[in-house]
Amino acid sequence: MTGSKVQELVIISGKGGTGKTSLTASFAVLADFPVLADCDVDAADLHLILAPTIRERHDFRSGNEAIIRPAECIMCGKCFDLCRFDAVMPGGEGEAYTIDPVACEGCGVCVRFCPAGAIDFPEALCGEWMISETRCGPMVHARLGVAAENSGKLVSTVRSEARRLAEENQHGLVIVDGPPGIGCPVIASLTGTSQALVVTEPTVSGEHDLERVLKLTRHFGIPTAICVNKWDLNPAMTERIESLALRSGASIAGRIRYDNAVTSAQMLGKAVVETEAPSAADIRLVWTSLGLQKEEKEKS
Amino acid sequence: MKVAFTTSGKTLDAPMDPRFGRAAGYIIYDMDNETFETVDNQQVLNSAHGAGIQAAEAIVRLGANCVVTGNCGPNAHRALSSAGIQIYKTQAETVAEALEAFRAGALTPLNSANVEGHWS
Amino acid sequence: MIIAVASGKGGTGKTTVSVNLARTVGRGIQLLDCDVEEPNAHLFLRGSESGSDIISIPIPEVDESLCDACGECGRFCRYHAIVSFGTSPLVFPEMCHSCGGCALVCPRGAIHETGRRIGVVETRESDGVTLVQGRLDIGVAMAPPLIRAVKARMKNNGTTVILDAPPGTSCPVIATLRGSDFVLLVTEPTPFGLHDLQLAVDMVRELAIPFGVVVNRMGVGDDRVHQFCRVQEIPILLELPDDRRIAEAYSRGELVVDALPEYSSHFATLLWNIKEFRNAGGNAP
Repeated sequence: MTGSKVQELVIISGKGGTGKTSLTASFAVLADFPVLADCDVDAADLHLILAPTIRERHDFRSGNEAIIRPAECIMCGKCFDLCRFDAVMPGGEGEAYTIDPVACEGCGVCVRFCPAGAIDFPEALCGEWMISETRCGPMVHARLGVAAENSGKLVSTVRSEARRLAEENQHGLVIVDGPPGIGCPVIASLTGTSQALVVTEPTVSGEHDLERVLKLTRHFGIPTAICVNKWDLNPAMTERIESLALRSGASIAGRIRYDNAVTSAQMLGKAVVETEAPSAADIRLVWTSLGLQKEEKEKS
Repeated sequence: MKVAFTTSGKTLDAPMDPRFGRAAGYIIYDMDNETFETVDNQQVLNSAHGAGIQAAEAIVRLGANCVVTGNCGPNAHRALSSAGIQIYKTQAETVAEALEAFRAGALTPLNSANVEGHWS
Repeated sequence: MIIAVASGKGGTGKTTVSVNLARTVGRGIQLLDCDVEEPNAHLFLRGSESGSDIISIPIPEVDESLCDACGECGRFCRYHAIVSFGTSPLVFPEMCHSCGGCALVCPRGAIHETGRRIGVVETRESDGVTLVQGRLDIGVAMAPPLIRAVKARMKNNGTTVILDAPPGTSCPVIATLRGSDFVLLVTEPTPFGLHDLQLAVDMVRELAIPFGVVVNRMGVGDDRVHQFCRVQEIPILLELPDDRRIAEAYSRGELVVDALPEYSSHFATLLWNIKEFRNAGGNAP
């Protein structure tokens, strides 16, 4: 059976703003010819460091949206009564009802039960995904439409396209920049992966959110490592967090110090490891500790 | 009796695809007539949602009685089982090898999902 | 007035602004923590818990004695949450959006709805601030139904309500912001901050709600965010400096206005600025 030998590293955080994307960019530089996947589809930032040249664009269509044809609306209000998502808005006196596309979840109930058959149900264009080239390797990324639904589905698409590219072109590793939180986009980034890395920070919020995200990775049985970013902001909290991680069955990949040079690198459009920033040494240690692509390195 | 093999190709020499829900396609082998048809799974792959369930629906529509694959996630397994379709696990490299193993009764039945779903 | 605090980028300081603004307004204010995946406000506004409710969403359950396996439910469902293979239908609860459609289309009336637990809503009182938060169960994919349950507990008694939104621009944030009177977008003056602010601005304009910006960690980057706001005529209603003491207080779970009282006036001014801006007509189309 031609099983896949492609490794995958998914970088998540629970709490937002801990430094996932900065770290992903540095790992992209340190890795040996990886495929990058930016799965933080509603606030994608990896491209600001990796400067991709877009080679392919694809529409992302998912689900449907209901649209009332005003001339045929008989203003009976049946759609309003049935809609569970508060998406139907009555018109003014003698005016047709309308559907708020932001609230509509594309369930089709109003379409089915409109007595006048006055509701169209086209497929929804929710955004687009792109395949690009960067100085580190190919990158799959996406843009979700404003206020669009189905971010989890777009994440799945980005991830599976990255895997396909890796298999077709013999890349050994896919690095995924994941979204914050624990909901559907994160679940779509994580399921079936071989290694997760949680980037956290030494704060009560970081600790609280780490506990929840570790429960999630345990729920899916995913081997998980953590690293505390800006660790010297609160060394006592760093130790508490590392103990929490170990008790949860996660491993410690390292610590990264608080470093103003991280923002300077970002402003220059460089990954931290492409500069002389003091924290670059910490990042290299974390990468080494993850032990990915060891086999490839031994071969070459 | 019809047996569905998950594959990325169109002939019996084609490699087996280890995934069920996200397989590139299927070869449906008719054991009584010794003929087969190839089916593309592109629509399921494009949908990026509920792939396991949709793939199971496709297999049912095609009239297959068994599925031979490498990995099957929980949603697909539940759906196939409810439709009375037996799932077998194989590590054979090609469809032809898997078919021989199936004929010889050498394949292990998969009585529950053996991989996590992808929530897609 | 309902004020939502959001941002495109995570970690910019939404919760910092929400909890410190709530403490500054003080008695009678309601703070609704709508970041149900990772609720943090309670770490800063400690108090006694006064209520906890389990929240469930309706999912279909099939009465097999009435079902004739016609398959209509499976054909209707857009989410592959109910499928029929010629036998009694299978339900996949985690896919279900609770639209109620399958129960409506079933010709035999064989489908009724039962509850599936998705999380809890907890209420606590902290020195006159009423804090309502949602906590999504681990492994549950969809946040919006729980966010709606949190917002349903809002009391419409004329007091100010603050909604602490999750990061990003997709459906959980939309569910939080809908129906708000004003949105504060919190950002930082860096490339990531500006990029995600632009996405958030597009989102809020789509929702047609008046909004303003809070720039946190002033000095850590450059003036690109200020330039953007100037060109777009977006008011900057508060600036907080890149003060390591603020970061340290935050890391300990302390309110900025308690640890560093010199910042109280910042948040009082923020509230005043919001009211003034709204009274002057705001910027929603």
